[in-house]
Amino acid sequence: MTKSKGVFARLNAWLDDEQSALERTMEAAQEQSAAPDLEQRSPAEIRWAQEELEEERRIEAAMAQWAEKKAAPAARRMYNALCVCMCLTMIALLLYTVTVLPAFGDPNHPINNEVSARYIEKGLQETGAVNIVTGMILDYRAFDTLGESTVLFTAAMVVLFLLRKDKESARYSQLAQAMDANPHSDTYYEPKNDIILQKTAVILVPIILILGVYVVLNGHLSPGGGFSGGAIMGAGLILYVTAFGFARMRRFFTYKTYQTVVLVALLTYALSKCYSFYTGANHIESVIPLGTPGAILSSGLILVLNICVGFIVTCTMYCFYAVFRKGEL
Amino acid sequence: MQFVQNFPFMCILLTLICAVVTSVLKGRQARVLTMGLIAAVTAMTVAVLAYTLRTGESYVYMMGHFPAPWGNEIRIGVLEALMMTVFCFVMLFSFVGGLVPSIREIETTKYNIYCILADLIFLSLQALVYTNDLFTAYVFIEINTLAAAGLIMMRQKGRNLVAGVRYMIMNLVGSSLFLFGISMLYTITGHLLMVHIRESVAALAASGEYHVPLTVVVALVTVGLAVKCALYPFEKWMPGAYSNATPSVAAMLSSLVSKGYIFLLIKFYVRVIGFDVIRSLGVLDLLFIFGVLGMVMGSVHAVRARTTRMMIAYSSVAQIGYVFTALGLGSELGVVCALWHCAAHAATKSMLFVSCAEMDDACGGTHMRKDLRGAFYHSPLLALAFALGAINLTGIPLLSVFMTKVTLTQAAIGVGGRHMAIVLAAVAISTLLNAVYFLGTAVNLFVPTKPGDAVRPPTVRKNPFTAAALVGMIALNLAMGLFSQPFLTALADGLARFA
Repeated sequence: MTKSKGVFARLNAWLDDEQSALERTMEAAQEQSAAPDLEQRSPAEIRWAQEELEEERRIEAAMAQWAEKKAAPAARRMYNALCVCMCLTMIALLLYTVTVLPAFGDPNHPINNEVSARYIEKGLQETGAVNIVTGMILDYRAFDTLGESTVLFTAAMVVLFLLRKDKESARYSQLAQAMDANPHSDTYYEPKNDIILQKTAVILVPIILILGVYVVLNGHLSPGGGFSGGAIMGAGLILYVTAFGFARMRRFFTYKTYQTVVLVALLTYALSKCYSFYTGANHIESVIPLGTPGAILSSGLILVLNICVGFIVTCTMYCFYAVFRKGEL
Repeated sequence: MQFVQNFPFMCILLTLICAVVTSVLKGRQARVLTMGLIAAVTAMTVAVLAYTLRTGESYVYMMGHFPAPWGNEIRIGVLEALMMTVFCFVMLFSFVGGLVPSIREIETTKYNIYCILADLIFLSLQALVYTNDLFTAYVFIEINTLAAAGLIMMRQKGRNLVAGVRYMIMNLVGSSLFLFGISMLYTITGHLLMVHIRESVAALAASGEYHVPLTVVVALVTVGLAVKCALYPFEKWMPGAYSNATPSVAAMLSSLVSKGYIFLLIKFYVRVIGFDVIRSLGVLDLLFIFGVLGMVMGSVHAVRARTTRMMIAYSSVAQIGYVFTALGLGSELGVVCALWHCAAHAATKSMLFVSCAEMDDACGGTHMRKDLRGAFYHSPLLALAFALGAINLTGIPLLSVFMTKVTLTQAAIGVGGRHMAIVLAAVAISTLLNAVYFLGTAVNLFVPTKPGDAVRPPTVRKNPFTAAALVGMIALNLAMGLFSQPFLTALADGLARFA
C-alpha cells in the first residue's frame, strides 16, 4: 500500500469502499474459515431473520387483501362509511364557503385593488410585455416562477431516479429486476411501424413543433409562453417517438441531451434572476433594455426566460413519457 | 443596504444553482459539492444571524425590481436567522453523518440525484423560513414534498416504495388543503403578501365581514400543515417513512422538513392572520387537543415499538405533539416554547437517527432494541451520542428538551384553568413514558453482554465522517442546553418583531 496518495485520495478510496490488498486477503481468509452456514448462525440472527420474513409476509398479505377487497368485516365497513361521511362533510363545507365568498366579476371584489390595477395599467410600461400575464409571472413575481420551474426539475429527478434503468439498477431496485425479467411485458402489444400513425406524424410533428416554438417566442406578445409552448413541443416529441420508435429518437435526443438542455436552461434562468434580484434589491438600475413593446425582441429578460421555461417543460414532458414507457430515454 | 443583507437571497439561489449543476456530476463530485454548499450556506447564515442580532430589526429583501404588493420579497429577522442557523448545522451534520451509509445503500450511478434532492430540501427549507409571500411558500412546499418523497424511496426496497407512496398521498392532501386555504384567503383579501393580508384581515375581523371564509381558511391551512407535520391522528405515514429510509434522510426529514412546515404555520398565525384573530376563531383548541393526544399516543406507540428506529420515529409523533400543544395554548410564551422545541428537537432527533443507524450496523446489522446491549463497549461514541439524545428527550435538567418542558409548563400556568391541568398531566405521563422507552434503551447500551451471549460481528467498519458529525451534534446539543436562556430570550425578542 502506497503512502504517497495523500489524505484526500485515501479518504475518497475509503469512501468508495476500495479495499487495500491487505484487507482483501484478510477478508478472504476470514470467509474461508467461517463459512456462512445456517447452523452456525446465532439464535439472535435466526430469530431476526424470521421476524423480518414474518413482517414481510404480513405486509404482503395485507396488501393482497387490500388489493382484492375481500369480504369487509364490520370495522372496515364502518371505516369506509366514516370516510364517505368525512368527504361529504368536507365537500359541503367547501361548497358552502364558496357561496359566502365575494361574487365572481363583482367590481367591489377585494382582488380589484391596487395590485391588479398596477399590473394592468403599468404592466406594459414596466415589463415591456404586451401579454400582462407573462409580465406578471416572469417579471413581477419571477421568484415564484423560478420555483415552479424547479418543481418540474424536482419531479423529473425523482422520476428518473425511480424509473430509469442503467447497469446498476438491478442490484438495488426490485422494479428494475422485474423489468429485466420480463422486458417486453409492457410493450408487447404496442403497434410498431404503424403506417397510418407514421404518415400522420410526418405531417403533424413539424407543425406541432413550429406552433410550440411560436407560442414560446411570442409569450410576451400574445397568450402563451414557456409553459404552454413547452407542453406543445413536448407533445410533438411524444408523437414522434410513438410513431417512429426510440431508436430514431435517440439520433438526436438522448439522456445526455436532456441533461445538457435542462442544465443550460435552468442555469440561465437562475443566473439571470440572480442579476435582476440583486440589482432590484440593491436599487441598482438594470442595464437590460426593454425594447419597443410589441416587437419580437423586447421586454428584456422575459423572452430569454420564456425560452428557458419552454425547454425545461419540453424536456420534462418527453422525459416522463420515455421513462414511464421504457425505463430509459 | 449592507452586503451581508444579500446573504439569504444568495444562499437560496446558490442552493438552487448547485442542485442544477449536480444533475450532471458523478457521485463523488456531487457529494463534495453538496457538503461544500451546505457549509457555505451555514457560514453565510451565521453572518446573517450576527448582523440581525446586532441591529435587532428585521428587514425586507425585494426579489426583483418591484416593491411589496407587486413583487416577491423575503424577510429576515432575528427569529428567521436563528432558526435557520440551527437548521443549517443540523443539515450539515445529518448529511455528513449519514454519508457512508448513503453511499452503501443508494444506487451508485444515481447517487447524484440523492444530492440534488438533499439540496432541494435545503432550498425549500430556506425559502419557507425566509419567505414573506404565501404563494412562494406554496411553491416551495411543492418542492419540499416531491423531494422528500424521492428521498424516502432512495433505497428502492419494497417498504421504502410503499412508505414513499403513502407519504406522497398524505402530503398531497396536506398541500391541497393549504392551497385551498390560500386561494380563499386571496379571494377575501386580494393579497398574497403576508403583511398586506394582515392589514385586510384586521379590517375584516373588525367589521365581522367574511367571518365564515376566514375561519375555514385558518382551519384548512392548519389542518393541511398539521397533516404534513404528522400531528397525531395524521401520523400513520410517518413511522414507516422515517424508519426505513437511509439514516441521513431520516434525520433530515424528522428534523428539518416537518420543522419548516411548523415554522410556516407559526408565521401564518403570527404574521399573516394575527394571533389575536386566531385566538378568537377557536382553532387553537383543536390543535391543543390533538397535540396533547399526540404527546401521549406517540409515546405509547414508541414503548410498543420493537425496532430502535421505529421507536425514534414514534417519539417524533410525541415531540410534534409538544410543539402543537405549546402552540395551542395561544400565549406568547407558548409560541416561544414551540419554536424552541422545533430547534431542540431538530438537533436531538437527527443525532438519534444517525447514531442509531450506525449502532445497528455495529451490533451486526440488527434492528431490534434489545440487540443493542453492550454497544458502549465496542462503539463508545455512538452509544454516548445515542444516550445523550435519549436522556435529552426524556427531559433531564441542563439539556434542551428540559427547557421545553419548563417553558411549556410556565406557559400553561400562565394560561391557567383546564389547559394548565391537562398540560401538567400530559407532560407528566409523557415524561414517564419517555423514560420507559428511552432510558430503557439507553441503559441497555451500557450493560455488558454476558459471556455466553452470541455477539454478532459488526457489518460495517467505523467511519470518521459519522464520528465527526456526531461530535458536532453532541456539541450542538450541549450548547443548546447550556445556553438555552439567551436562546429563548432571542426567540422571544425575534417573535416580538416577527409580526
